[in-house]
Amino acid sequence: MAPHDLRRPFKRRPISDQQKRRELSLLRQSQNRSDAQQRARNLASSVISLQSSSPDFDPEILSEAVPELDAGSESESSSFDIRQASRLRGPEARKWFARQLMLPEWMIDVPDNLSQDWYVLARPTGKRCFVVSSDGTTVSRVRNGSILHHFPSALPGGARKKGTSGPAQSYSILDCIFHELDQTYYVIDMVCWRGYSLYECTAEFRFFWLQSKLAETGACDPPSFYHKFRFSAVPFYNCNQSGLHSAYTGSLPYVKDGLLFYNKHAHYHTGNTPLVLIWKDERCSQYVIDTDNNGEVPNQQHIVLELQDEGKLVTSDDPPVPFSCLNADFVKQSGLSSGALIRFAIGDGGLNCVDGRFEKADLQYIGVSNRARAFADSYSKIMFQYMARHSPLKIEDLASNISHENQQDKPLEVEMSD
Amino acid sequence: MAMEVTQLLINAQSIDGTVRKHAEESLKQFQEQNLAGFLLSLAGELANDEKPVDSRKLAGLVLKNALDAKEQHRKYELVQRWLALDMATKSQIRAFLLKTLSSPVPDVRSTASQVIAKVAGIELPQKQWPELIGSLLSNIHQLPAHVKQATLETLGYLCEEVSPDVVEQEHVNKILTAVVQGMNAAEGNNDVRLAATRALYMALGFAQANFNNDMERDYIMRVVCEATLSPEVKIRQAAFECLVSIASTYYEKLAHYMQDIFNITAKAVREDDESVALQAIEFWSSICDEEIDILDEYGGEFAGDSDVPCFYFTKQALHVLVPLLLETLLKQEEDQDLDEGAWNIAMAGGTCLGLVARAVGDDIVPHVMPFIEEKISKPDWRDREAATYAFGSILEGPSADKLMTIVNAALTFMLNALTNDPSNHVKDTTAWTLGRIFEFLHGSTIETPIITQANCQQIITVLIQTMKDAPNVAEKACGALYFLAQGFEDVGSNSPLTPFFQEIIQSLLAVAHREDATESRLRTAAYEALNEVVRCSTDETASMVLQLVPVIMMELHNTLEGEKLSSDEREKQNELQGLLCGCLQVIIQKLGSEPTKYLFMQYADQMMGLFLRVFGCRSATAHEEAMLAIGALAYAAGPEFAKYMPEFYKYLEMGLQNFEEYQVCAVTVGVVGDICRALEDRILPYCDGIMTQLLKDLSSNQLHRSVKPPIFSCFGDVALAIGENFEKYLNYSMPMLQSAAELSAHASGADDEMTEYTNSLRNGILEAYSGIFQGFKNSPKTQLLIPYAAHILQFLDSIYMEKDMDEVVMKTAIGVLGDLADTLGSHVGGLIQQSVSSKEFLNECLSSEDHTIKEAAEWAKHAITRAISV
Repeated sequence: MAPHDLRRPFKRRPISDQQKRRELSLLRQSQNRSDAQQRARNLASSVISLQSSSPDFDPEILSEAVPELDAGSESESSSFDIRQASRLRGPEARKWFARQLMLPEWMIDVPDNLSQDWYVLARPTGKRCFVVSSDGTTVSRVRNGSILHHFPSALPGGARKKGTSGPAQSYSILDCIFHELDQTYYVIDMVCWRGYSLYECTAEFRFFWLQSKLAETGACDPPSFYHKFRFSAVPFYNCNQSGLHSAYTGSLPYVKDGLLFYNKHAHYHTGNTPLVLIWKDERCSQYVIDTDNNGEVPNQQHIVLELQDEGKLVTSDDPPVPFSCLNADFVKQSGLSSGALIRFAIGDGGLNCVDGRFEKADLQYIGVSNRARAFADSYSKIMFQYMARHSPLKIEDLASNISHENQQDKPLEVEMSD
Repeated sequence: MAMEVTQLLINAQSIDGTVRKHAEESLKQFQEQNLAGFLLSLAGELANDEKPVDSRKLAGLVLKNALDAKEQHRKYELVQRWLALDMATKSQIRAFLLKTLSSPVPDVRSTASQVIAKVAGIELPQKQWPELIGSLLSNIHQLPAHVKQATLETLGYLCEEVSPDVVEQEHVNKILTAVVQGMNAAEGNNDVRLAATRALYMALGFAQANFNNDMERDYIMRVVCEATLSPEVKIRQAAFECLVSIASTYYEKLAHYMQDIFNITAKAVREDDESVALQAIEFWSSICDEEIDILDEYGGEFAGDSDVPCFYFTKQALHVLVPLLLETLLKQEEDQDLDEGAWNIAMAGGTCLGLVARAVGDDIVPHVMPFIEEKISKPDWRDREAATYAFGSILEGPSADKLMTIVNAALTFMLNALTNDPSNHVKDTTAWTLGRIFEFLHGSTIETPIITQANCQQIITVLIQTMKDAPNVAEKACGALYFLAQGFEDVGSNSPLTPFFQEIIQSLLAVAHREDATESRLRTAAYEALNEVVRCSTDETASMVLQLVPVIMMELHNTLEGEKLSSDEREKQNELQGLLCGCLQVIIQKLGSEPTKYLFMQYADQMMGLFLRVFGCRSATAHEEAMLAIGALAYAAGPEFAKYMPEFYKYLEMGLQNFEEYQVCAVTVGVVGDICRALEDRILPYCDGIMTQLLKDLSSNQLHRSVKPPIFSCFGDVALAIGENFEKYLNYSMPMLQSAAELSAHASGADDEMTEYTNSLRNGILEAYSGIFQGFKNSPKTQLLIPYAAHILQFLDSIYMEKDMDEVVMKTAIGVLGDLADTLGSHVGGLIQQSVSSKEFLNECLSSEDHTIKEAAEWAKHAITRAISV
């Protein structure tokens, strides 16, 4: 039995660089694995088939098609999610991202049960955008899908930085408005967080999650090297008298541009939805009435409609609302093709409504719309703009509706107790 | 049945290769054809005092090798073969072995001791040879000294070979009594006393009960301490070895004896032979190890539920221990830094001083500073080196606050010494100390930076200059640069290193190309520093890192062009290839994502070509490094990686088949995962091959067990990538997962290591299930998974009930519950509702403080709600 060797490492690091490389690789692999799995968990709700992305493809119809996959009607379609989408370039990427935002309808009448079922928040002035953090970088894309900023952020996976908490490479998607003045992204909704989809969660849950999670990441901290822009959650209120008052008159760090109303029970729905509404007046917005390219309010209301086959002109709604028809010869002459977005002015004949539904319009052809545009106007936008010029929906109307709701409740109780 | 083997055994040691080979083959043949006869002949040879010593010794050795092997599967085979022998043969062999213990030839007795222990190691756990210990001990007092010595030695080996739980306490008591009596000063024979002391070292693990008994413990400790004073140096050394082992095994029982032990160790350190003094220092190093562990674990606050409290032995002895250790620092050997294997009292003393600093923190500083101040400028290099070494040793442990002023004052002095000190030894230690300063006192967590605008230039200039010094000094300078870079890891955009980046890179490359770069690990240190500089670089220097790519690729290319090399040269070449692949791997990770990715990827084809050629060189280290680099490249390349697959595939397969060099196999399994994520369904054509290999790996008992959990995870990666195409592997993979799950559900950990392994196995299995569920989600073939749901839920329930899973498993497990509900939906609603997991376990996770667990649980809840509401 020989004596035992008792040499200890002398002037040496405890871990060799090779071991360090091995460990870093394992770390990267396990993060990538858990990211891949989280991504897969997310697919059910955000799955969209790229193969079907023909020009008139509609995200809503496609997401409804998902259950059919279960039934076995379709098996070969390549599943497509946001991470793959982030690899898209140019027009394809823009097209895809342009379809991902939930777009509010304009408030043309006051919904029932505002105080019970709705939140209200003051919309910050600025560009609405989709902010995606993943793979160590953050990209914001404006409504038409083009990139606004490409930057590092403290959002999960939003910067190439070691030692961030949690699965560093998982991705998140926020629905934001970029406010130029203080260079801040104001977050109005949360779509995915650390790879978990919130698409199928109610607004109530999403807002709660947004308020509790965003701050944890340090995304609300002032800008730093790994965090180029500050994020801030927009305060929201129950849409009762005091909530409406706070949102409408309350002082906020940003310039307001109208009020947004969210139905508490609504899921995140890509495209236009009546469960989120926008309302504006002169007091809470500088942009009540649409301006032209020079920032001037034109004498006549301008609208943009999409040209369909046989000269039909429709809104961007789902289903589209037909507005008028263009003469087939005129279409041919002007070299217009199906899918084109065309700008019109509303003439003195105005819009005629019967029982709150649009009947006919006096449209004057202006020309093909600006190419930056991805969509036609929605029906509600056209109507809201029209009303704003003629008989606007006022804040008092909203308030009185709420107080009316409350009064209605009380007698009802009395009656029932009788 | 036995056969005459003397001549064969002598021939097997012949200088004549042909004779030797022939004899070896005959022995092998004999073993294969008639194992019982073979073993019996060997035992007979060993026991026969009339045979030559050489043949007897070899007989014992061959016998020993027929009972044990290093590789687990081979060992298992040998054990089974021994157990299958008939009782008569085994009794005869045992009798021969015991008889040999009385042989007058010492070597033969010693060989027999080891063989007996091997047999005991096989038989005692099977409750066979129950009379062994009794017969060894029966008349130990009446035995002649040489037999007594052999018996004690046998008991020592036996304790080393057998686990304590298969020996009855009564036998343990008898063994310890015999051993401790043999060590006693009353034992007149030094051979006996030495054998007893060494046997005690092995038997200490058996003495748990005895150390709990005050009287018995006092007795053992007294005898051990007395043995440290024996006139025989080997006995003193062996006795100190016992003390070292006691320090870590019975730390909490030592309070009573520390005063005496301090006196004994101090005397040994100052006066005794170096072999004894080293053990005496090691005693204190072991005490420090224990206290560092305890303090690490409990953060210094002794909570009622922790097993072992800290007794602060080091702290109490500080005022006498530190001067003792400082004295040793002056006993350096000339050129110790040039000898890789050197270990002397100065090195041991300094190492111990470093451990003391970690154990006591701030308190050490005032005890060491006077020594440093007195000696740092003395004319004798020994003084200056000792002072510097003392300083370097105490940099880890004390707080930054305590050290900052001293370090700031010392920095200029150190830089100066590095440039001007005439002694290589002093410069070596100074450069090492600078590295320690950067390692522990430089970085984003330190409030007042020691590296400033004012001194950064000078530091880098001196380090670069030092890299041209002797290899051992240059190596330390590279190490210092490594930590200098590491400290700027989180610096953000304006790294102070940016202005020097180019110069640093070029200097490191120049060092790597020095003709003497293979001495003192210099080349390795240079590439390691280069790697760290790259890892910690910022976007500002990305273009310079990019320029490095063709340079490193060219170097790798050059290593592949080599002419005929000697085996020594080839080994060095392979080592260099490993370093270069490692360097490329670091660069790929750095540049392989936005925004540098596109520029970087222009090199991908060429780089891949080089890696493939490295595989051709068949060196395990280079293979592993190239594989890791390819994994990183696949991650960066994404689906593009598909174009490399046709050529790469065979090396992937080769890696998966490499059972012997299991790290290569493990790394390859990880890379399969990378490739799955990069290629997604484009990996399909390769899946038959990959899955076959993975399944083979799992069924192999040759493959190191640590590779198995990642293989299960890899199933998940494959399934996630190819979706419902995984169908054809379900029949093979599911039963394997199922049986592994059963095994891991109740492997109630015998020890921490086992619990850890069990948890990593569970995690692998669960990741496989997650990947499979997710892969099949939204596919018409989902129903194929329904039959497995009950078992998987049961598995989740049982690991929950075992209460020994760690956070990682918890998160993966609750995720699987969600995936199962999400993929199978209403088909399994009933099953889910019956499971414990969907209630208690889910609730526990929902209220977890770990946000990743909580979020996984929220999601699972969501999926379950949907599944049971339909």
